[in-house]
Amino acid sequence: MKVAGVILAVAVALALQTTAARFLVRGSIAVDLVLVVVVYVALTSGPATGLLSGTFAGLAQDALSSSVIGIGGLAKTLVGFLAGIIGTQFIVTASLPRFVVFFGATVLHAVVFMGLYVLLDLRHFGAPIGAVAGQAAANAVVGVVAFQLVELLPGAVERRRAGKSRMRR
Amino acid sequence: MALLDIRQRSGSLFLAVTLGQILLISAQVNSKSGVPVIEAVTFGIFSEVQRGLSGGFAGFHHVWTGYIGLRNLKVQNDALQRDLAVAQVAVQEQRALADRAGGLARLLDMREHLALKTVAAEIIGAAATPDFRTLTIDKGTREGLKADMAIIAPAGIVGRLVVPSLRSAKVQLLVDRNAAVGAIVERTRAQGVVVGAGDDRLRMEYVSEVFDIIAGDVVVTSGIDGIYPKGFVIGRVESVEKAGGAYKRIMIKPAVDFSSLEEVLVVLTPTPARQAAEGALE
Repeated sequence: MKVAGVILAVAVALALQTTAARFLVRGSIAVDLVLVVVVYVALTSGPATGLLSGTFAGLAQDALSSSVIGIGGLAKTLVGFLAGIIGTQFIVTASLPRFVVFFGATVLHAVVFMGLYVLLDLRHFGAPIGAVAGQAAANAVVGVVAFQLVELLPGAVERRRAGKSRMRR
Repeated sequence: MALLDIRQRSGSLFLAVTLGQILLISAQVNSKSGVPVIEAVTFGIFSEVQRGLSGGFAGFHHVWTGYIGLRNLKVQNDALQRDLAVAQVAVQEQRALADRAGGLARLLDMREHLALKTVAAEIIGAAATPDFRTLTIDKGTREGLKADMAIIAPAGIVGRLVVPSLRSAKVQLLVDRNAAVGAIVERTRAQGVVVGAGDDRLRMEYVSEVFDIIAGDVVVTSGIDGIYPKGFVIGRVESVEKAGGAYKRIMIKPAVDFSSLEEVLVVLTPTPARQAAEGALE
């Protein structure tokens, strides 16, 4: 059931990244929604699930991009694994620690992803510090908001039900 | 039980998965011939999902913008934009034709200067990762599309077709870091290579220091790469700096606004260089 949930979340993120975002953002999208999902899954489910979801999501992204299949997968595997370890070893329940984890995960992903491309002499990225920092901040904001929404949603539903029952009395 | 065991040994699992992916990367990097089969198959399948989703979103988008908000103005605006696009393509073709006719082209047979055969395509998806600047279009091999065909818009060059599938195709935008096009500065005839800078700018390389190039100069395709037709606008020079050595560092603002593209034209007519290469192969 959990595996199906992870696959569905990655598929939805991929679909949003490639289609819906084009209508909402108009153009180049700085946020990597798939990476956000991988870090979210890793923080909530641990290193094994994190690394497997990272592998699946990264390979899917690689296969859909004109890239070497495995580079994005390797980067997301590493990010999923480390984020999972952080999630099990530290208390990451407040917004600031979560922001830091999402930000760091994006930077690590960019270092591994771009590093492998440069190492293999397949692609050159110039001076990407500004772009990576922007993407890391955007991913972190989306990740923190996603956490807040997932946590607030059941409470909001309960409050609404309780409010309706009071009105009836 | 087995799943629980795997979870307890996440370190071993991590090493195994990492090793597997390193082997996967090694296999691809060693063989650089053409598109990997797994990429083509996955892209072909996923592009159908993109088509469906894009159709749904586009339908909702059209209903919202076309009916709920300012219905009549939207219809008029669409018609005017279509007319403008047709006119701009015509201007582009005339510019290309005039460029050829003005110089050495006088020596060539005028019958070769035919209007380009194109097919219109709608954009149905963007790149799966922000690190690559690609688009998915709704036309594929069924409509006669092939790899390395040029993609243009009314304003100028958009990119080239990299992965065609039966009913869709992937387009590498000119601003992608791996993209390159043979270019010429229209005013001074200085030649060079325009490459994607990764962001929304282009960089012109290998232009000699001796050429007089200023901001605002129009840069057009030279046609020597065998992909893009000659004389189509790439963009305007934004800044010129001394790069050290024998070359200038030239930044170009693309003529096409890649963030608002919705439809493009795929050039079916092969360039003379490509025709010659294909003829030699046959």
